[in-house]
Amino acid sequence: MKILADTVHENAAQKTDTLFGADELVINMGPQHPSTHGVLRVKLKLDGERVVGSECVIGYLHRGVEKIAENRTYQQFAPYVDRMDYVAAVSNGLGYCEAVEKLLVAEAPPRARVIRTILTELQRIASHLLWLGTHALDIGALTPLFYCMREREEVLKIFEKYCGARLTTHAFRIGGLQYEAYDNLEKDVERFCKDFESRIQQYSDLLTGNSIWIGRTRNVGLLNSADCIALGASGPVLRASGVKWDLRKAMPYAAYDQYKFEIPVGTRGDTYDRYMVRIEEMRQSRLICLQAIENIPAGPIMARVGKVLKPPPGEVYHSIEGPKGILGYYIVSDGSIQPYRVRIRPPSFINLQALDKMIRGHLVTDVVAIIGTLDIVLGEVDR
Amino acid sequence: MADESKAPKSPESSQPGVSGSSPAPSAAGAPPSSPAKAAAPAPVQVPLDNDLSRRYREHFGAGILDALEDRKQSILIVGVAQLLEIARYSRDEEKFDLLEDYTAVDWPRREKRFDLVAQLYSFTHNTRLRLKIPLGVEERPSTLVPVWPAANWLEREIFDLFGITFHGHPNLKRILLPDEWQGHPLRKDYDILQQDTAWVRENLGIESGQ
Repeated sequence: MKILADTVHENAAQKTDTLFGADELVINMGPQHPSTHGVLRVKLKLDGERVVGSECVIGYLHRGVEKIAENRTYQQFAPYVDRMDYVAAVSNGLGYCEAVEKLLVAEAPPRARVIRTILTELQRIASHLLWLGTHALDIGALTPLFYCMREREEVLKIFEKYCGARLTTHAFRIGGLQYEAYDNLEKDVERFCKDFESRIQQYSDLLTGNSIWIGRTRNVGLLNSADCIALGASGPVLRASGVKWDLRKAMPYAAYDQYKFEIPVGTRGDTYDRYMVRIEEMRQSRLICLQAIENIPAGPIMARVGKVLKPPPGEVYHSIEGPKGILGYYIVSDGSIQPYRVRIRPPSFINLQALDKMIRGHLVTDVVAIIGTLDIVLGEVDR
Repeated sequence: MADESKAPKSPESSQPGVSGSSPAPSAAGAPPSSPAKAAAPAPVQVPLDNDLSRRYREHFGAGILDALEDRKQSILIVGVAQLLEIARYSRDEEKFDLLEDYTAVDWPRREKRFDLVAQLYSFTHNTRLRLKIPLGVEERPSTLVPVWPAANWLEREIFDLFGITFHGHPNLKRILLPDEWQGHPLRKDYDILQQDTAWVRENLGIESGQ
């Protein structure tokens, strides 16, 4: 952290009364700070070591994704969405493909929907694993990172075998899937899921009852459910505050209506609750994968949508439960081969808005924990 | 981009009379959709007339310019003058407690150039509603921050990328682009290769920014 010579002198009158002065100090966290997970800059106004105000400065990774969309065809734009939340590319792709399918009044065939569900849940696990590893690292626990990376690697290997790419996968196509599932996909997923149960227990053993972990996360970054909803915060942040709501249940998409799973919720809405919610979400994702591989329907993997997509004029909004929260696409068609407007509702951007409320009154060291617990990806915040 | 001529044809609020004519050409362009649906191409946009739209019309009368349904999603087109009251009513009476998204669309050839688009969600009823607010270039809509604090950054983003200023916003400044940047990139007359070359030269020390 670089200290700026930007001291606020509004308390100058009180200064003479105390030995060291009571000035508020403005310091600058980021944009190159490792715990900001990218290029986020937070201006912190401090009273001693307590945060009394903050302002986020974002936009360092702004690439004008929505503008690019207006100048590409529907299919050409699909790989771009992988580059927003680049640790959950499969989820981004699912949201976009389903939104365009709705716009076309088409639907992916059942086989495609089930395979999409499996890959998207694996992606949720991978995204949560990366979050857990780096979040623990930020707080000072080095070990979980290695374990998390080990399991994430297994997921990425499945992606690689499926479509050749590990990170920006472009796994789905508008109307279904580009690739048929490879021969042993079910076996690979099953093996991963079987191992993964004990692996989650390992992270849990390392952290859940750990008094240092509890000390650093309990009652840190509190956000109650009313504030969550008012600020638009979604995903694990919302659920940790006690709202039992998940788009996969509320408005099922892909093949989620076929599977049984629980929505984990927290009670206090602090950093520890968000940790517990995400750990449990990984368990639930694992269960969804296990149910899905049991019965992958046969049949085509692509709906007949045609090579040139010309959706009827009009508009559609479709959102999915991404690993970070509500990931929405609002697409306006004018009947041509290019979208007239694509608006992406990024969960990270809107969750980040809650940061100011969460860090007030906390120490600077807690800011690191709270940025971590929001699970933001700056590629998506800035688009 | 070339197809801005479509703007008056789409059933935007200013001409509610044409809304019925739109689905016909759309059906002709739709054959590559799924075979089951293609057999009986239902119109994608139909007028919305349900309890919800009736309640809104009752409360706001001429404030609700039009109500329609596009691909089974409810849309209310509302006047900018009563935006704040309609927002309050939506949150308090209709329980649309989540402002899921707030954005804009540019229609340069239309009389009212912009559409503000708010996606509302109700946890109580598990329903969605879309509010569309047609907006002239000179008009300043009131901010929705007092109703949904989530609108804060979303309105800043609309201001940044479309140049729409919100009346009463607590901190209306650019959010994604640098503060000194000239121009609003998501307007249709802002070319994809266009940029603020003066800013790039001064701050990055390069000519093109590429």
